[in-house]
Amino acid sequence: MTGTSNPAGAGWFDGLDPGDVEAAVGAVTDGEADEPDEWPRLAVEAGYVDSADEYYDRLHEATMEAARREIHERERADDKQLIHAVRAMDDCERTANELAERVAEWAGTRYEDAGTGVDYARDLAAERGDTEASDPGEARLVALAERTAALADEADELRAYVEETTPSVAPNLAAMAGPVLAARLISLTGGLDTLARKPSSTVQVLGAEDALFAHLRGAAPSPKHGIIFTHEYVRGTHPDQRGSAARALAGKLTIAARVDHYSGERKPELDAELDERIATIRGNADGADDGSDRGGDGS
Amino acid sequence: MSDLPDGVVRREFDGIERLATKGEPVYGEPTDGEWRAWNPDRSKLGAMLELGLDTGLVGGETVLYLGAAAGTTASHVADFAGPTYGVEFAARPARDLLDAAEPRGNLFPLLKDARKPETYAHVVEPVDVIVQDVATRGQAKVATANATFLREDGRLLMAVKARSEDVTRDPGDVFEDVLEELESTYEILETRRLAPHHDDHLGIVATPR
Repeated sequence: MTGTSNPAGAGWFDGLDPGDVEAAVGAVTDGEADEPDEWPRLAVEAGYVDSADEYYDRLHEATMEAARREIHERERADDKQLIHAVRAMDDCERTANELAERVAEWAGTRYEDAGTGVDYARDLAAERGDTEASDPGEARLVALAERTAALADEADELRAYVEETTPSVAPNLAAMAGPVLAARLISLTGGLDTLARKPSSTVQVLGAEDALFAHLRGAAPSPKHGIIFTHEYVRGTHPDQRGSAARALAGKLTIAARVDHYSGERKPELDAELDERIATIRGNADGADDGSDRGGDGS
Repeated sequence: MSDLPDGVVRREFDGIERLATKGEPVYGEPTDGEWRAWNPDRSKLGAMLELGLDTGLVGGETVLYLGAAAGTTASHVADFAGPTYGVEFAARPARDLLDAAEPRGNLFPLLKDARKPETYAHVVEPVDVIVQDVATRGQAKVATANATFLREDGRLLMAVKARSEDVTRDPGDVFEDVLEELESTYEILETRRLAPHHDDHLGIVATPR
């Protein structure tokens, strides 16, 4: 009876069945009131609880659960932001490079010392940006160089954002793969939840779809690695051992993604296990060369 | 130097006298039996007590904590105060806040935006103390918006972070503006810079007009 006629609005417990935790959690999350009120006293008066102590117990239970769920939901949503950011980063980088080529080609017709690449576009923008252009053509060229530089800057900013955000979305994956590669893996699968459900063999060849389908048609050998090639543990391993390294890395990345999605806790021992496995794989290659210590690291 | 609230003591940890409260450890702070050290360098309220501001805290009061973050300070407050409502909007630090609130039956975590009091007024009762430590622009606005929760004789204990308002301006000017905006709703009782514990922070004690 209380609450509804109250000018301040109703308390979170208003109209709830005392045993219904679900409803209490919902009320804490979605409820509103214009003004605070003496809720503990009103809850006792309304018969929701027998005492203030019991009120606070209920409130603690409801607020803890409400906060837990909300945190879970929001942190999940962050992976979608990350996907947009990493795709935008690639778009900006690619476009900046394309425009830089155009700037270089154009500048080559006007200046003796014209260089190439994004760096040259930056230099040109910095050097001529402030001076009066000698003719309308130069004005356009310098403006284009400025835009190219700005786009490259935005790519850098996006990369910084990705590096900062990934560890909070997927701490283990980010630590193991590096934030950018981790973000790319999430982006390729469309989300941390879908990545967590992929088998390791899929993660191993993510980004090598063309090669994979060529292989499935029977036209090519199976790809050994996809985007994870950019990881030092694959690229830095001798080509003879790269398949093994990619398989080991993909396996651990898959586990890391699952831990991140289902528990969210950081597990440094995963990194250590991978380090050890890669050392073994690389050690075997060395061991095969000199044949002396194979007994030592043979597992 | 003003008195410490009940439940807060000065106690020796490894030969150094420090503030301490009784409760479950939260952030790896040194402990001595049930007592745990309260680090003023990591807590603005801790710094206010350490520097001897007259906070008016006696222990056992009802508290609305705005900007509870990971629960570092909020956990100490819950150790000596009564019902403590911890409002925090960012999901990531709030995860740690949950760990701090788990063993503290009087600490209620609320994942809400402190700029929108109507989204938690249905949960929070009128309080004796508002502790505010939000690192956003418009800190004075947050304090005035939440004045509705404060009892007539209640206290606002606020730490203003100059860099959150405007990194480029002189902190002194920022504080002046904040105080001026607060004056419409609050009577300012005391202010003090929180150096050396926190650079460019101003501790404010105020009461509703």
